[in-house]
Amino acid sequence: MARDPEKLLYAESHEWCDVAEEGGEKVATIGISAFAIEQLNDLVYMDLPEVGKQVTAGEEFGEVESVKAVSPLYSPITGEVVEVHSELPDNLDQLNDDPYDFGWVIKVKVSDDSNLSSLMDAAAYKKQCAESG
Amino acid sequence: MDTPAPSGLAMNTSLSTTPLDAWHRSAGAKMVPFAGYEMPIQYSSIVTEHQACRTSAALFDVSHMGRIRFDGDGSEQLLDHLLTRRVSDLPVGGVRYGLMCNAEGGVLDDVLVSHLKTPSDRRFHLLVVNASNHQKIVDWITPHLPDFPTVTMSDRTELTAMIAVQGPKAIDVCKKLFAFDPSRLKYYQATITDQFKKPVIVSRTGYTGEDGFELIVRAEEANRIWENIMLAGRDEGFAAAGLGARDTLRMEAGMPLYGHELNESIDPISAGVSFACNLKDRSFIGDDALRAVKAAGPKQVRVGMIPEGKRPAREGCDVLDADGKKIGFVTSGGPSPTLGHPIVMAYVDAEYADAKQFQIDIRGKTVVANVTPLPFYKRPTKA
Repeated sequence: MARDPEKLLYAESHEWCDVAEEGGEKVATIGISAFAIEQLNDLVYMDLPEVGKQVTAGEEFGEVESVKAVSPLYSPITGEVVEVHSELPDNLDQLNDDPYDFGWVIKVKVSDDSNLSSLMDAAAYKKQCAESG
Repeated sequence: MDTPAPSGLAMNTSLSTTPLDAWHRSAGAKMVPFAGYEMPIQYSSIVTEHQACRTSAALFDVSHMGRIRFDGDGSEQLLDHLLTRRVSDLPVGGVRYGLMCNAEGGVLDDVLVSHLKTPSDRRFHLLVVNASNHQKIVDWITPHLPDFPTVTMSDRTELTAMIAVQGPKAIDVCKKLFAFDPSRLKYYQATITDQFKKPVIVSRTGYTGEDGFELIVRAEEANRIWENIMLAGRDEGFAAAGLGARDTLRMEAGMPLYGHELNESIDPISAGVSFACNLKDRSFIGDDALRAVKAAGPKQVRVGMIPEGKRPAREGCDVLDADGKKIGFVTSGGPSPTLGHPIVMAYVDAEYADAKQFQIDIRGKTVVANVTPLPFYKRPTKA
């Protein structure tokens, strides 16, 4: 089922976050917003963490590179990486077409969701993009 | 993630715009501050613009570069005194690449000097300097002018625009547009022609590794000329290209960029541009320092490398020897759209000049990089 960008949470730094219950655990799927992908343009490389790594809300967990520059990826949530989308770095072109489904980057078992309230809903995020674009 | 700086924000410093500014914005360019100007970094995609230049032709607005004109007897002698390359034997119609150094041999700028003649037979020299060094160079030359009282220096930057048309189809399309057929120019030759009776300086030069030319026109003519070329090249796939593609193109062509491969703390011999230094039988500012470097040998050398894997090494990454000791640094690096893998230019200690392989520390992870001759890309020679 296609993920609805209107129902996701967004970090100021342009990562999206989709929190769901999986087997009694809260698991967050994290990706990059369509707006950011369009801004970055010409993606060439992505560096992802390994499964088992701890990530912290607001801290870097990987990198995505365009022809021009390196952009750090920041985790919107704190927890442990339980899955990594290993096919993505070899198919960065598809990020443009499908940032919310094929374009998921990592899944994190949430250990602390206290910062969820500081993430934006789609409307607030759209406003941020409009103001910066 | 950090996205690139948004366009159109009010800046607290006043930035200049080129005469083509409105065109860039209407074409949807992403504008960025660069060397005091608001410049297009890309219109749609750096890769697409890069490929247009390699396969058809790309148009670049390079009006931000400085254009400084020298009139009067003694211009050759003044420029001879300032440049690492002899200017006094440059014939009318010639263009030469040279460097301007300080007394210690550090590079103040790399420049092109053209010797031109107006239709009314007035000869002059035109110096094209990097945008970021424009004011520095004017300030550097000014105190020398009293020694050459018959020379007049005039800064033509604001009055003119400069357009680069680069790519395999540039010449054939553009020869239809001007009173003079630019394909009659050899590489590094220039002339003054006209379009609709308005003067155009055409030189067969460029900064992309492709054939093509650079035009200098009056500021008020810039949009008309630009649009004429775009229209003439429409069916051939001409594209407007920004500073992003200009950088990937020049990197593939192994060309040094001021502020990256060149700066005041490096001399031209260590920078690998000793071909642009005539040290025999002449004196110019910095000549003694450069002779000393030549005699002792440079302390570092510029090398081209191809890192293994897909991860691009960027400017500032450390270059390490096989034991992990830092022996150099990357000056320019990124993915090569033409070659499909990352490329790197770096300085390494001169004792490693013959090494075939290094390691590069890319933000904490080391990758092996194999030395390769520069340029990375050379355009196919015509049959």
